[in-house]
Amino acid sequence: MSSTSTVSSEILGIADVDKALKRIAHEIVERNTDLSDVVIVGMQTGGTWIASRLHENIAQISPAVSVPLGAVDISMYRDDFSLRPIVLSAPTDIPVDLTGRTVVLVDDVLFTGRTVRAALEALNDHGRPRAVQLAVMVDRGHRELPIRPDYVGKNIPTHFSDEVSVGPEGVTVVVASGETA
Amino acid sequence: MKHLLSTRDLSTEDIVSILAMADHMAEINSRALPKVPALRGRTIASVFFEDSTRTRLSFETAATRLSAEVMTFIASSSSVNKGESLRDTIETLSAMGVDAFVVRHKSSGAPQQITQWTDAAVVNAGDGWHQHPTQALLDAYTITRNFHELNSMHGRTVAIVGDIKHSRVARSDIDVFTRLGAQVVLVAPAAFLPTSLDGWGVTTADSLDDVVGVVDVVYMLRIQRERMDEAQLPSLREYSSLFALTPERAARMQSHALLLHPGPINRGIEMTVDPSLVPGSRILQQVTNGISIRMAVLFSLLGGDATITLSNGVEG
Repeated sequence: MSSTSTVSSEILGIADVDKALKRIAHEIVERNTDLSDVVIVGMQTGGTWIASRLHENIAQISPAVSVPLGAVDISMYRDDFSLRPIVLSAPTDIPVDLTGRTVVLVDDVLFTGRTVRAALEALNDHGRPRAVQLAVMVDRGHRELPIRPDYVGKNIPTHFSDEVSVGPEGVTVVVASGETA
Repeated sequence: MKHLLSTRDLSTEDIVSILAMADHMAEINSRALPKVPALRGRTIASVFFEDSTRTRLSFETAATRLSAEVMTFIASSSSVNKGESLRDTIETLSAMGVDAFVVRHKSSGAPQQITQWTDAAVVNAGDGWHQHPTQALLDAYTITRNFHELNSMHGRTVAIVGDIKHSRVARSDIDVFTRLGAQVVLVAPAAFLPTSLDGWGVTTADSLDDVVGVVDVVYMLRIQRERMDEAQLPSLREYSSLFALTPERAARMQSHALLLHPGPINRGIEMTVDPSLVPGSRILQQVTNGISIRMAVLFSLLGGDATITLSNGVEG
């Protein structure tokens, strides 16, 4: 049996996360001149709190428009069932028909892009969006599919084996620094 | 979990996790396009050695909504009539490439036996008097979701009424309901009760009148006419006078109480009331929920090697 020693470093603090969420909300409002078409959809589970914070911020910036907030569960759309445990959270909740709407899809970390691919397929089962934009708190690289974010809280170069954890209180990268017997 | 042969194969945590997964499936089933790619490329064979159109269609619909391929084998129209053994049938279908068998058989233990002849997962869709695990799961799902208590039936009382002795539905239901915390009372003449109820964790009542006004769920079982003779019951009329759900008895159910039945209903035998006139009837909802539960079971068995872990809502 071997154990791995790790080094953990905080990249963003609570105030940085707050600032990034405000900035992304402003970018969403600037880029989508007709906000009434927009739907915010968080990815279960990591993206839902970010989606609801963005939703609050957008409501403060543009109180006249009410933007729907939803959540998408991608566990039935994954292409890697045998590789990772199935984590069940809450079911999908898309409050409106997405046909013709602009969806802002929200996740915590953009990594290989496979969960985003699955989410795009899942969204299509709720109508045909006019456009889908992607907002993430962290882009850590290592894409395996042609997917890129439209809004990014922070770009963080990582090793493939690093772990990135994102929460309202901050962003931490855990680096495996070597193995001990 | 490799097979689902009996409710006893499931820990209480497994039961709760399948019910939670069924919520995801119910959301899928509520869509205009109720289909997801989760089991694309998998083949599910439904192998029915005993008639059951509704259970078979429920499983096949569940498989189709998860994008699995479906093979149907019905014994009455097959080479079983030419004397092919159960083993040969299973081995032949396995050789065609099957990931899961859904099996209905009149002999208790047949699904268990089948696991020896194939590497595929086996789901028991009812074997003899023994077990009908997906029926119990869909019943527990229907009850917990109606009472908005997702992980428990604690403090609820369920009356199971009818031929308990010959009922695989009753056996599976009693196990699941009691483990989720419900109190179960069996309502039947002595001839329709098992000889011993030691270890079942249930009580009994001699007539439906004693319990119909106080329980939270009235669960009516199907009465098979041919069993009436076997059990040497005096008459159907006498049975009905004590145990049938009449309009008068249905009217005495508590306002929140639910009426369930596994189907198909023998109108005029176990129920003389029209179920569509009973406000608490969830009999059609059971059928709808059955698809979600069977999707959850098939996905649990074939959806991945990993165990299913539940996480609650928002997290970092």
